[in-house]
Amino acid sequence: MKYAFYPGCVSRGGCPELYPAAKLICQRLGIELDEMPSAACCGAGVMQEKNRLLGDVLNARTLAMAEKRGLPLMTICSTCQGVMSQANHRMKSDPAYLAQINSHIAEEGLEYKGTVQPKHLLWVLIEDFGLDKLTPLITKPLGGLRIAPFYGCYIVRPTEALGIQDHPERQRSLETLISTVGATVVDFEGKTRCCGFPILTINEKNSMTMVGKHTSQAKDLGADAMVTPCPLCHLNLDGYQPKAASQAQRRIDLPILHLPQLIGLAMGISPRELGLQRNIVSTKPLMMKLGVGA
Amino acid sequence: MELTLRIKRFNPGAERPQAYWKDYPVSIEDNATVLDTLIYIRESLDGSLTLRCSCRSAICGSCAMRINGHAGLACKTKASEAKDKDGVIRVEPAGNMPAVKDLAVNLDLFWRKIEQVEPYLKPQGPVPEAEYVVSNESMLHLSGVTACIMCGACVSDCTVLEVDPNFLGPAALAKAYRFTADPRDGDAKGVSRDRLRTLSEYGGMWDCTRCYECVQACPKGVAPMDRIMALRDQAIKAGFGNNNGARHTEAFTESVGHSGMLDELQLPIKTVGVTNLPALLGFAPVGFRALTHGKLPPLVHKNIENVENVRKLYQKLDASESEK
Repeated sequence: MKYAFYPGCVSRGGCPELYPAAKLICQRLGIELDEMPSAACCGAGVMQEKNRLLGDVLNARTLAMAEKRGLPLMTICSTCQGVMSQANHRMKSDPAYLAQINSHIAEEGLEYKGTVQPKHLLWVLIEDFGLDKLTPLITKPLGGLRIAPFYGCYIVRPTEALGIQDHPERQRSLETLISTVGATVVDFEGKTRCCGFPILTINEKNSMTMVGKHTSQAKDLGADAMVTPCPLCHLNLDGYQPKAASQAQRRIDLPILHLPQLIGLAMGISPRELGLQRNIVSTKPLMMKLGVGA
Repeated sequence: MELTLRIKRFNPGAERPQAYWKDYPVSIEDNATVLDTLIYIRESLDGSLTLRCSCRSAICGSCAMRINGHAGLACKTKASEAKDKDGVIRVEPAGNMPAVKDLAVNLDLFWRKIEQVEPYLKPQGPVPEAEYVVSNESMLHLSGVTACIMCGACVSDCTVLEVDPNFLGPAALAKAYRFTADPRDGDAKGVSRDRLRTLSEYGGMWDCTRCYECVQACPKGVAPMDRIMALRDQAIKAGFGNNNGARHTEAFTESVGHSGMLDELQLPIKTVGVTNLPALLGFAPVGFRALTHGKLPPLVHKNIENVENVRKLYQKLDASESEK
């Protein structure tokens, strides 16, 4: 199995623990990653506010690079996944638009024919790698842990661009993986709501209310930790959880795991190799419960 | 077709008014909608069930409610597609607005927001001798937003309204765009400066989180969030860039245009303004925690390979960049 790999900005910037953890578990699973060093930022939906065409052109460029390699494209960020899927959907459903976009990337010797479907690691594990192959690799099942899934927005909406109609199982993909690693799912209302990150520097109070609400809700339902496929959600739910707790005037202390950290732990990879010491909310109580040392 | 409607009931006249779930097992025709099923229950099983409905054809916008946790029109949702593997459909009142009784909500908040954006044309340019003439092209893109039937589905599922009732919300902001984008509104060039100024304030266009709930919920393809993004573009172009939201968009776009990747250290600083000392100091605790956990973004921001190709695309496609 081989993928053109699109790690995005945040997995190497604000969440530098994600990129190595994702690469490590892919290596252990035998998923080969061909990184595209010339690929640009997806625009995160922010650039698209100002200039959607420019954003789509940058994403077409990335998709064309994967196409040229003859490889499917893998993401490890829900926001990249959503923004690229939307750009892809616009181009695929409008040949004239695709032609216009191709005229811009032609100078670089690129052409996008529209054959690539970006796919998040979350979906790759279930749909391509397969749970039957993953299950035997779970050598340290996380039995006894109660984990809340947090999808956020861009990997669940809009459903049309994300191919949810053709893949309804994607709506329960996090729960599926939580069960596969032997943990108990803590279902809660906020799992597909917004984490508040996009308005962090614009309306911090609202952003913190969102963080406090989701993490408290999961905590009060008995979750030991939360897992997310989105590093932007992680930045807010983990990095800003202390601030959200102080705004909400309560303790929360809910460790937030990146998806590869959850899978890696269950595969017996050490917390240090998975970068758990970099998580802001301490994962030590969680490791003690698991009986795992750093 | 056999199925169970699990309805969230609420009776304000009860001794202890409290919402509760009640199951209604029914046998209905295979092509029935959720609304058909609700009407059947009201007429044949439980006359005390309250709901709003009228046209049954996704035109009047009366029957917006949450079906399996997400807002939509009951008349546009097929029961066969909504039932889960156990044959259950969960039906509850629209969110973000208080229930009056059962599935009927009080829409005051919805209408107040619509009124707040002054939903009528306010031309400020010279009055033409005869009627206002607008080109076909300039109105075509508005047909999507004028399709709004004011059902409130977008308001029901808005993640910002959920935490802050001060937010104008998706329906009102989409309605505002219907006027800011109308060439007859605003000054002689059709720029609605007064509106854009007000809409740039707290509670306006920049408070949207871009969560796509409203796009997903809208039964008429209005895509309110896309209209909010268009409002942001209009506001920046009209010169209302002196706020965190506009600076965030500009700084983000600029960063990618420079290095091909987002510079996560620079972005928050440029968003609040490089001279805004109190806000910059506010980042200190979070920055310190990130630093002590080895989580700070790289201090030296690297370019992607062949970044000149991205810069060329910017020169061609990003007007404000090339003007600088």
